[in-house]
Amino acid sequence: MSLKQTPLYKIHKQLGARIVDFAGWEMPVQYDSVIEEHHAVRKHSGMFDVSHMGELLVHGPKAEALVQKVTCNDVSKLQSGTCQYSALLNERGTFVDDIIVNKITPEQFLICVNASNADKDFQWVKAFETTEARVDNVSDQYFQIAVQGPEACDLIPHASLPEKSFTFVQTIFNGKECLIARTGYTGEDGVEIYGRPQDAEMFWNYFLEKGVKPCGLGARDTLRLEACLPLYGHEIDDQTNPWEAGLSWIVKMDKGDFIGREALAQKKISKKLIGIFMQESGFARQGCKIFDQSGEKEIGIVVSGTKSPTLDRAIATGFVLPEFSEIQKEFRVDIHQKKRQAVVTLRPFYKRKK
Amino acid sequence: MNLPDDLKYTKEHAWVTTNGKTVTIGISDFAQDQLGEIVFVELPEEGEEFSEGDAFGVVESVKSVSDVYAPVAGKVVELNDPVVDSPEIINDDCYGDGWLIKLEVSDASQLDELMSAKEYAQFLKEESE
Repeated sequence: MSLKQTPLYKIHKQLGARIVDFAGWEMPVQYDSVIEEHHAVRKHSGMFDVSHMGELLVHGPKAEALVQKVTCNDVSKLQSGTCQYSALLNERGTFVDDIIVNKITPEQFLICVNASNADKDFQWVKAFETTEARVDNVSDQYFQIAVQGPEACDLIPHASLPEKSFTFVQTIFNGKECLIARTGYTGEDGVEIYGRPQDAEMFWNYFLEKGVKPCGLGARDTLRLEACLPLYGHEIDDQTNPWEAGLSWIVKMDKGDFIGREALAQKKISKKLIGIFMQESGFARQGCKIFDQSGEKEIGIVVSGTKSPTLDRAIATGFVLPEFSEIQKEFRVDIHQKKRQAVVTLRPFYKRKK
Repeated sequence: MNLPDDLKYTKEHAWVTTNGKTVTIGISDFAQDQLGEIVFVELPEEGEEFSEGDAFGVVESVKSVSDVYAPVAGKVVELNDPVVDSPEIINDDCYGDGWLIKLEVSDASQLDELMSAKEYAQFLKEESE
């Protein structure tokens, strides 16, 4: 199968990016330095081509009812022009994907989904389609650029800047139609811009000229992990429910029926997500086994791990048996055949100052 | 790609230079470039013995982990401690200050199996095709 390219692929090559296969897409993993790109977003501004992300449009007079049924958060609370972090769950109450729901009008919802799950999510939601609530995969109709960092919003003309976090505006930017949402995946303030593929280069170059640093998937991962934003295949998957993943805040059990609700009502918690600080040298990586302090009993597994550029130390997330998930609890991570000292720490690892 | 002519190379992207019975070992310019910014290095203990092809250490970047394999059998006689504290030295100077360990070679004939710079360059070319 040939790999897909975003409308910005040529620009990435021109900028000297290292390109990798990510979820079937040829994506930039870094331009010159993951660490410098990371710091640019924490201190100034950086931008990411996230055109590989999928978009589903649910529309029709019963659109809201459909979205309410397939997601676990409560969309009835949303005003037009606002966004909501939510999830698609299956009947077992485990994750199909995590998503952002953008309410355009009471009859139009644009759902942003992960690239790696876009086709699966589309089939999943499409199965609930009716004549009064249509589901279209509109992924090919949008580029998406995330501009993130404390200085990111200063670069957006006032009339096009959504005022609050988790709101969006449909606007004309430099003569081009687009949707600008005050959302992101870095733990910083910033926006995500959705527009027509043929306009992508204009938007990218606009921000490039303003000095925004191009950033790849490498920095995207270190930034999101510091902020403890989940990534499908790591902190969430179809073996994990929101109670286990620390995402109970996106589950609204009292909103009425939705897919997964019955299973969630049983409150089955077989593992808990923890934040991990290493106390010995070595980096915990996905797949490293977790043992109790004695090193004898296996109690869990690491799901994400890296060196935190902001904290300059090894950070990781993992799942452990619930009785081992208490903050400050000491345990061991098996790294390169050596069980190394670690401790459960508060999540997130990084929180921006307001 | 910088591949000095006076070094020998392995398919696992280590370089080797010989000084009497001792060899100095590091990772090639290709390896450090592929890894990206190196943030962690783990080296063996002095006196540890390795067979040819054994993993003797670990080099990690933000995104990936890579074992480093012994190009020849031998006993560790010296470690480059500074790279453990400042792994970025390997990115800056992989053939100089970024060396990893020195081994006392147990079977000198294994050195003949290593690739010249020219052979390694050819190997890299074939790998990328």
